[in-house]
Amino acid sequence: MALLEVSNLHVEFTTYGGIVHAVRGASFEVERGETLAIVGESGCGKSVSVQSIMGLIPMPPGRITAGTATLDGHDILKSRFIDKKDIRGNLVGMIFQDPMTSLNPTMTIGAQIAEPLRVHRGLSRGEAMKRAIELLDQTRIPEAAKRAKQYPFEFSGGMLQRAMIAMAISCEPVVLIADEPTTALDVTIQAQILDLIAELQREKGMALILITHDLGVVARMANHVVVMYAGEVLESGTSDEIFYRSGHPYTLGLTEAMPTNRREVEQKLMPIPGSPPDLFSPPVGCGYAARCPHAMEVCVSDRPEAFGLSDSHGSRCWLHHEDCSTRVPGVHYA
Amino acid sequence: MTTPLVEVDRLTKHFRIGRNQVVHAVDEVSLSIDEREIVGLVGESGSGKSTLGKTIIGLHEKTSGTVTFDGEELPYHYNSSDFQRYAHRMQMIFQDPYSSLNPRMTVGEIVGEGLRLHTSQSKDEIREATAEWLERVGLNGDHMSRYPHEFSGGQRQRIGIARALILNPDFVVCDEPISALDVSVQAQVVNLLGELKDSLGLTLLFIAHDLSMVRYVSDRIAVMYLGALIELGPADEVFFNAQHPYTQLLVESNPEPDPNHERDRVSTRIQGEIPSPVNIQPGCRFADRCPHAMDRCQDETPYLQNVETNGKTRLVACHLFDEARAVA
Repeated sequence: MALLEVSNLHVEFTTYGGIVHAVRGASFEVERGETLAIVGESGCGKSVSVQSIMGLIPMPPGRITAGTATLDGHDILKSRFIDKKDIRGNLVGMIFQDPMTSLNPTMTIGAQIAEPLRVHRGLSRGEAMKRAIELLDQTRIPEAAKRAKQYPFEFSGGMLQRAMIAMAISCEPVVLIADEPTTALDVTIQAQILDLIAELQREKGMALILITHDLGVVARMANHVVVMYAGEVLESGTSDEIFYRSGHPYTLGLTEAMPTNRREVEQKLMPIPGSPPDLFSPPVGCGYAARCPHAMEVCVSDRPEAFGLSDSHGSRCWLHHEDCSTRVPGVHYA
Repeated sequence: MTTPLVEVDRLTKHFRIGRNQVVHAVDEVSLSIDEREIVGLVGESGSGKSTLGKTIIGLHEKTSGTVTFDGEELPYHYNSSDFQRYAHRMQMIFQDPYSSLNPRMTVGEIVGEGLRLHTSQSKDEIREATAEWLERVGLNGDHMSRYPHEFSGGQRQRIGIARALILNPDFVVCDEPISALDVSVQAQVVNLLGELKDSLGLTLLFIAHDLSMVRYVSDRIAVMYLGALIELGPADEVFFNAQHPYTQLLVESNPEPDPNHERDRVSTRIQGEIPSPVNIQPGCRFADRCPHAMDRCQDETPYLQNVETNGKTRLVACHLFDEARAVA
């Protein structure tokens, strides 16, 4: 059994406009020391699925209507604790997208990093502060002791993200969740932060869940990839399977829409026409059918099952059904 | 060789932030843009690229330097009649499609406002032109009576594009028009801008922080660092054969969607962050982070000089090119 296992998760939100079906049956798992990337465009449910299992979605208006999530074999949807240990902030650490808004502007950086240590580990104020300075040092913030006494506004974006990482790893979590950790940062800073995360993960043997929309970041960091669209997991597999032997038209579309650094690649980008479906009334069939260049009748009327292409590779697309005779070039078949 | 449509000569924009404190947002930048050319302007946040774009079209007052547009020198300070006069010819597309559209105006009002203020067309004519433009940018003419909140980010950016282009300007500054959008939608907007450029003969200054996207749209790329222009040349040459150490690091920092390529990557060579633009000292601005920094970089400011590669000339501001003509 995997370290963190989520299966068939459904999350809904009640709003004035009706019920939003944000996550519609997402499943993924991650092992110790491994990196799982959850990829998708905004609104595909990638953040919601992770935040809901962490208990970070306010309920109501949110609601988990189905599914299970286990950490080390323990059900974590029912309880916030495993063996009297807090899950959030202790067994699972989180890094958020925007470091400017996720830190408390009225507390010093040191005090914010010390807080989880005092809450979860019962350290005294002085001990926690000492450890906070060590952590800032580990995340390569120069003059850590001086920096710990400063407030968030005195830090740059990259430095704040380092402080946030220090906070997330303070209690030595077994799983680190990074929700778009570098989206708000410049590329040169992004490269540094990704290096730092990868190094800390190796050092501490944590499982890493990386939520991102950037396939470049995925290629750089991930062992396994889950591609989400309109609240569903459309494809999952190892990073090589997703990038080199993709079995889903959406993944292929996403790859072609991405700019590459290679000269030989055709000058024109291939956008995916249209926009994602409205999740107030999600389509009955495949969520991607309306934008898919290979859509068939069955795609509109029936939700595709997950077809296994290898032990680790699954694609939710009718093209893989044994009765489907079309062979789409570019799509990898079992 | 055609005469440039926009000629920027030693343009400087400083902001005073209290006694003896000056932010050097843009320092002595010279750049000329030919007619029907797209120049991509890249740099990290804080490099002054947006300020440069806004100063060129007059949204910021100039500290010194000149901007010549179609042979005519633009005023140092714009008053309202100047804006009235130049609105037909110069427009801007803004970065954030959420905050740059007035939430209390309908899409028809937003897009048609330029025509209402700057032409004497009748209401019906404006209505017709607005509907036509909405269709042209890939929206529906019926969307006119809706409000911005009813649209997605990509659609709003299209509204912003329609608003900027409805007056049929010659020159448009696009300030990070795609960075707030999803990948699949970014490509839609980039291709749309490319098509409109071809059909309307637009000249664009395309500002972005994402170098890899810029290369798809631009004829030439200009790279800024801390208020100064450090490299300027043909797009593919700058991208694939960067000469300035900073441009090289910028290109190689960008992760490639290819796991095999990424597995072979050594950890990043660039350390530190962009320094504060307050009270900049002489010397190369990149010296503190540069892997090739020499003694002279600390106190001698490098100026742009011609460097030839593959038979094409480009400008690079780096002391490495003072004598030797190659970078390791």
